[in-house]
Amino acid sequence: MITTTDLTKVYRSRGREVTALDGVDLHVREGEVYGVVGQSGAGKSTLIRCVNLLERPSSGTVTVAGQDLTALAGRGRRAGSALRQARSRIGMVFQHFNLLSSRTVRDNVELPLEILGVSGKERTRKALELLDLVGLADKAKAYPAQLSGGQKQRVGIARALAGDPKVLLSDEATSALDPETTRSILQLLRDLNRQLGLTVLLITHEMDVVKTICDSAALMSDGRIVESGKVTDLLATPGSQLAQELFPVGGVPSAEDRTVVDVTFQGEAAAKPVISQLSRTYNIDISILGAAMDTVSGNQVGRMRIELPGPFEENVVPIGFLREQGLQVDVADVDASKTAVLKEGAK
Amino acid sequence: MTWSEMQPLLQQACLETLWMVGWSAVIAILGGLPLGVLLVLTDRGGVLPNVVVNKVVGQIVNIARSMPFIILMVALISFTRAIVGTTIGPAAAIVPLAIGAIPFYARLVETSVREVDGGLVEAVQSMGGSTWTVVRKVLLPESLPSLISSATTTIVALIGYSAMAGTVGAGGLGDLAVRYGYQRFETELMWITVAILAVVISVIQFAGDLAARALSHRSPASAAPRLVLPRSRKPRSGETAGTPAADKADQAGTDEPGETAQLTKTP
Repeated sequence: MITTTDLTKVYRSRGREVTALDGVDLHVREGEVYGVVGQSGAGKSTLIRCVNLLERPSSGTVTVAGQDLTALAGRGRRAGSALRQARSRIGMVFQHFNLLSSRTVRDNVELPLEILGVSGKERTRKALELLDLVGLADKAKAYPAQLSGGQKQRVGIARALAGDPKVLLSDEATSALDPETTRSILQLLRDLNRQLGLTVLLITHEMDVVKTICDSAALMSDGRIVESGKVTDLLATPGSQLAQELFPVGGVPSAEDRTVVDVTFQGEAAAKPVISQLSRTYNIDISILGAAMDTVSGNQVGRMRIELPGPFEENVVPIGFLREQGLQVDVADVDASKTAVLKEGAK
Repeated sequence: MTWSEMQPLLQQACLETLWMVGWSAVIAILGGLPLGVLLVLTDRGGVLPNVVVNKVVGQIVNIARSMPFIILMVALISFTRAIVGTTIGPAAAIVPLAIGAIPFYARLVETSVREVDGGLVEAVQSMGGSTWTVVRKVLLPESLPSLISSATTTIVALIGYSAMAGTVGAGGLGDLAVRYGYQRFETELMWITVAILAVVISVIQFAGDLAARALSHRSPASAAPRLVLPRSRKPRSGETAGTPAADKADQAGTDEPGETAQLTKTP
């Protein structure tokens, strides 16, 4: 649904060049919720702005719903009517909502319809319908200043949906909201994704967002996509950085000569009492150094860092047992984990 | 001078002032608004960045604003004649008044429009809005309360400028105060004139503030600062801090009656 190929964006100012995007290939399938995560400055914002060409990429192409937007853009900075028309079919929600303070909630939702040239009556009908969809039918006559953050974002979402888009771009839509409101907004996005078959591309720095609603995810760093794929696949990938970020498990071994193992549970395996089985079968003491459990797209998923006595050579059999149970087992590099812990401490 | 003698003079002067200021304000707003918007649009990082247009328009505005009104009026004599056919009378005064006020209002418009959150522009662009849509649906409506406050400031400044319009025989309250009050030592008439001006300006300022407030739908915390009602002829110190022309207009209108008087004698 959204494909970018070799997307590059270089900002030039006073002779200095900053590469915000460095050859980004992104592929978002139709009907999925795709999350791009990364730290500030990783290029997430530039990427999402390049998708509807609010930001002109320096090179590379952007295709949305089979239409090559970069070809529509032309060379000038001004957006031609073909590009504007294409944009009107891509909804966008913003971190700071960007609602017009001079218009009522209903008029805000009508704005994209005005731009599309929809007649007055039809606009009002559609706006009220959308406000109903996002649960704000009673606030139609209110002004944005009278709403809470979560309500404003609901209006933002209703407005983004006004042009019947197939694609919704979400630029840190929940980052200015409290955890409770974040959950309800994510739930709304999830519902819209399911009900309307909306493809959602969202950028966020909150791993919880990815855990809660994303089918697929990509990790960005220094303008590149480091890792990408379905969240469930990523979690099953040994040494996945994204999986590590989603389920951070820390902990250093209690003594030398221990084997530290990261175990990832998914699906059925998550429900099995594997640790106590392991302990009984091989008569070994296991200590848990760290663990994280969550539900990812309806599946119970967890990661656990455990410590087995003795060096790796002595633990080949128990580790094999864990693998047999359908678990993904990574032997953690202890030194690396130590530095990781140190890093966390430094934060 | 008795009241019955003063009354027709005052009435006449009031009407002249309102007529001159009214027309020149309309022209100044119609001219300054697009100019101010153009300055924001063509600025670096604006919607239509264009360094050349921005610099040229900015410079013209600067030059026009740096010119003392009395000089502008003289400089524009031939232009005025070409437009209204005469260089004498209230109609002739409207031309330099409007031309002096256009760049003044343009700068105020620029400041107001620049205050509009760039995110809103981006939002409308993401909906497929053109530059014209951005101006019409975002920049102007969002800055409307501020534009009205700026228009109020411009009108008050115009009343100040109009005192000098007496130079070209346009009359008006300022002229009355100078000619009768100052030159003929009719102190009483002068004070009455000043009082009327104070009342007129207070009413305009009050109406402007009221309109601006009624149109502002922002939360109180982020709303434009509430303007204190003026009590004297220099009400705008807080509101237009950093706009030298406002101060200049003030001085021209109130603080230099001597200079104005001398100039009225010369022709």
